[in-house]
Amino acid sequence: MHGVVEPMADEKAPLTETSRPVLPRYARMHFDKVRGRHVLLVPERVLVPDETAVEILQLCDGKRTIGEIVDVLAAKYAADRDLIGTDVIAMLEDLRGRDFLVVVEGD
Amino acid sequence: MDDILRDDPMDTLKLLDSTAPITHVDFGIPAAVLAEMTHRCPLQCPYCSNPVELERSSVELSTEEWKKVMTELAEIGVLQFHFSGGEPTVRKDIVELVKHARAVGLYTNLITSAVMLTEAKVKELADAGLDHAQVSFQGAESGVADRIAGFKDAHKKKLQAAQWIKEAGLPLTVNAVMHRQNLHQLPDIIEMAVAIGASRLEVANVQYYGWALKNRAALMPTVEQLDATTKLVEESRDRLKGKLVIDYVIPDYYAERPKKCMGGWGRQFFNISPSGKVLPCHAAESITGLEFDSVRGNKSIAWIWQNSDAFQKYRGTGWMPEPCKSCDFREIDWGGCRCQAFALTGDAGNTDPACHLSPLHDKIFKLAQTEAATDVREFKYRNYANATPKAEVN
Repeated sequence: MHGVVEPMADEKAPLTETSRPVLPRYARMHFDKVRGRHVLLVPERVLVPDETAVEILQLCDGKRTIGEIVDVLAAKYAADRDLIGTDVIAMLEDLRGRDFLVVVEGD
Repeated sequence: MDDILRDDPMDTLKLLDSTAPITHVDFGIPAAVLAEMTHRCPLQCPYCSNPVELERSSVELSTEEWKKVMTELAEIGVLQFHFSGGEPTVRKDIVELVKHARAVGLYTNLITSAVMLTEAKVKELADAGLDHAQVSFQGAESGVADRIAGFKDAHKKKLQAAQWIKEAGLPLTVNAVMHRQNLHQLPDIIEMAVAIGASRLEVANVQYYGWALKNRAALMPTVEQLDATTKLVEESRDRLKGKLVIDYVIPDYYAERPKKCMGGWGRQFFNISPSGKVLPCHAAESITGLEFDSVRGNKSIAWIWQNSDAFQKYRGTGWMPEPCKSCDFREIDWGGCRCQAFALTGDAGNTDPACHLSPLHDKIFKLAQTEAATDVREFKYRNYANATPKAEVN
C-alpha cells in the first residue's frame, strides 16, 4: 500500500473533486471472459459493476482526481457535469465505505 | 476451512444498476473453489471440517498437477481460489502455487492456522500476489485457544503472524469457530479482531459432521449460550459498522429451518481434495456409497461439475422425498444438508433433521440440549492417529 494513507473508516473525510482514488491491492478489476463482463474481485466476494462503474473504476489510477475523472466522463457523454459528479462520488463512497477503494494523499 | 460453512459464500453486491448476479446461474461454474491443498496440519482442532479419513501426503497432487488444475479452473470461469487444508503452508510449493494462481488470473485467498508462518514467508506470499489471508483463532487467549488447537503457543504465533500479514498490506479475516468451550470468549475475540486490524470476522458455530460429530458432546453449546451469542453478534455489528464486518453461522441443531447448505448441492460450490477428488462439499465423503471423480481421471473439471453422478445425485429437487417435495421452501433451502441427513438418519436422501418438518427434528433438538448439559470436556483430537484408516489409496 505504498503511498496510500488511509485513516480508520469512521475518521475518513468525505471524497471531494480533489481526491485521487485508487483500488487497493486486494480489490482487483478482472475481465471475466466466460461471462463476458468485468468483475471486481474482493475478499470473499465478487462484485459486478455495470458498464458505467467499470468505466469510472478504470479511471481510478491514483493519479487522476475525481474532478478529472468527471471531466473525462462529461466530455465523453456530453452530459451534465454536476449530475455525473454526484453519481461518481456516490459510487466511490459506497466502495470506500467497504474498504474497497482508498485515496492517495498528497500532491 | 471455516468460510464454506457460511450460508452463501459468494453473495454478490450491486454497484449502481448492475444486472443479474453472476454466481447464481443454475449449474454455471462456481465463482469460487476451495482447494484442500493437503490434510497435513500441525493443529488438532476437534471440530476440523476435513474428513475423518485423512488423506496422506503420498497421495497429494503434485505442484504441476495443482498448476494444471488452476489453469483449467481459470479457463472455465472460476474467479477465486481458496488455498485451504489441512494447513496449506505445510506445502513447500505454496508460494509457487500462489504465483501461478495469480498468473492465470485467479483471486487468491489463504486460509491458514498461521502457526507455521514466518515474517519472510508472509512477505514471499505477498510478493507472489496473495490477495487475502484468513487466520483461524481458537479462543481469545492462550489458555483456552492452545488447548482446543492441541498445539503449544499456537495463539501467540497467530497474533504475531496476523501482525506480519497486516504489515505486508494484506487484508485479514479472522475465522473463529465457536462451541460450548469457547463461546464465553467471543466478546474478547471480537475486540481482538478489531485490535489486530481484521476487516472481517467469521463467527461460525461448529457444524456437526466428521470430527465434530465425534466430539459433539464436548462441543455442543446450550440454547442460552446461543441466544446470548446471537445478541452479542447483532450488537457488535451495529457498534462496529464500517470497521469490522461480522459473518455469523448458528449451529443448526437449534434452528427451525435447515440451512441452504453449500447454496444447494451442486449449485454454486465445489471443493478439491488433496488427492484431486472433486467434491460437492468438504464433508461429502462422509456419505457412503457416493463415488467422486478426480482431476487425475480423464474427465474435465467442467464435465465433472455438470455431469458426474455425485453432483447429479442431490442436485435440484427431483431427488426429494416428502415433506421436502411439496414444501414451499424447496428451492430456498434446497432440502438443507445432505451430509447431516446421512449422519443423523443413515440416508442422505432424507429430510435434514435440522428442519422442523423432519420427523426427527424434536429428537435432534433434545439430543443437543442433553449433550450441551453434560460436563464432557475431553476432545478426540484431529490427527492421523485418531483418523479412520483409508480403505484404499487412489
